[in-house]
Amino acid sequence: MVVNGKEKKIPSEISLNEFLSQEGYDTQKVAVEKNGCIVPKKSFATEMLSSSDKLEIVCFVGGG
Amino acid sequence: MESVSAELEIAMTARNMPGIQEKLKSGKVAIAGLGGLGSNIAVMLARIGVGKLLLVDYDSVEPSNLNRQHYNISHLGMLKTEALKSQISKINPFIEMETCANKVTEENARDIFKEYLIVCEAFDDPANKAVLVNTLLQERGKKIIAASGMAGVGSANKIQTKQMFANLYVCGDSEPSLHDRAGFMAPRVMICAGHQANLVVRFLLDLDIDKE
Repeated sequence: MVVNGKEKKIPSEISLNEFLSQEGYDTQKVAVEKNGCIVPKKSFATEMLSSSDKLEIVCFVGGG
Repeated sequence: MESVSAELEIAMTARNMPGIQEKLKSGKVAIAGLGGLGSNIAVMLARIGVGKLLLVDYDSVEPSNLNRQHYNISHLGMLKTEALKSQISKINPFIEMETCANKVTEENARDIFKEYLIVCEAFDDPANKAVLVNTLLQERGKKIIAASGMAGVGSANKIQTKQMFANLYVCGDSEPSLHDRAGFMAPRVMICAGHQANLVVRFLLDLDIDKE
């Protein structure tokens, strides 16, 4: 899989939610685009990842 | 009276190149959050004549806001939507404004921003930023200009505009505020607001944005 432009090995059965937690992201503070489409927050737990996927993850920090 | 207004509007845009003003005047931009980023973005867009602005914030002006937000002592206690609307009507009376003083949620976001294809995300809380971006990017044709990381007194050059998704642009340095003890200071917050406002202008003028 490619995550934010970098190759990343993933196990065969992993959901987006599991992947984000494993990578240390706070799932409340991220937005994720998979293969060019935004992944709705409510689908994070059911969205399964495969090695051919391309993910872009934006993690927001506070202040505004 | 109407001809006096028309003359004033023309005089106010005398510094702009021909053809630019019509595009700016037909622009419609929503600003989500009217703190250090949003209040300054709104004032910049109003000064250059962006025709219609939606101002969204449920909060009131507090003394601690005045170190970086576009309010003054006379606005303390007022809703930010009203304080900003009143200032903008004096800066540029030719701007049409809508306001919304509700808290933006996953449930109401689509409705609040329905009419606006360009939305500046200018919230404080990172979870609120994520909710807005997640919800609105599911709508076809919407562009979000978000902000992430503008605390402290680090180099101004670290604040950048980057295209992150097909329709998501993020301005800032992505550094959590905990890393800088100076808190939020007017210069870096306003630099970030300037990045967001400038990208709005680039969209309204149909410039090639590919290389952000």
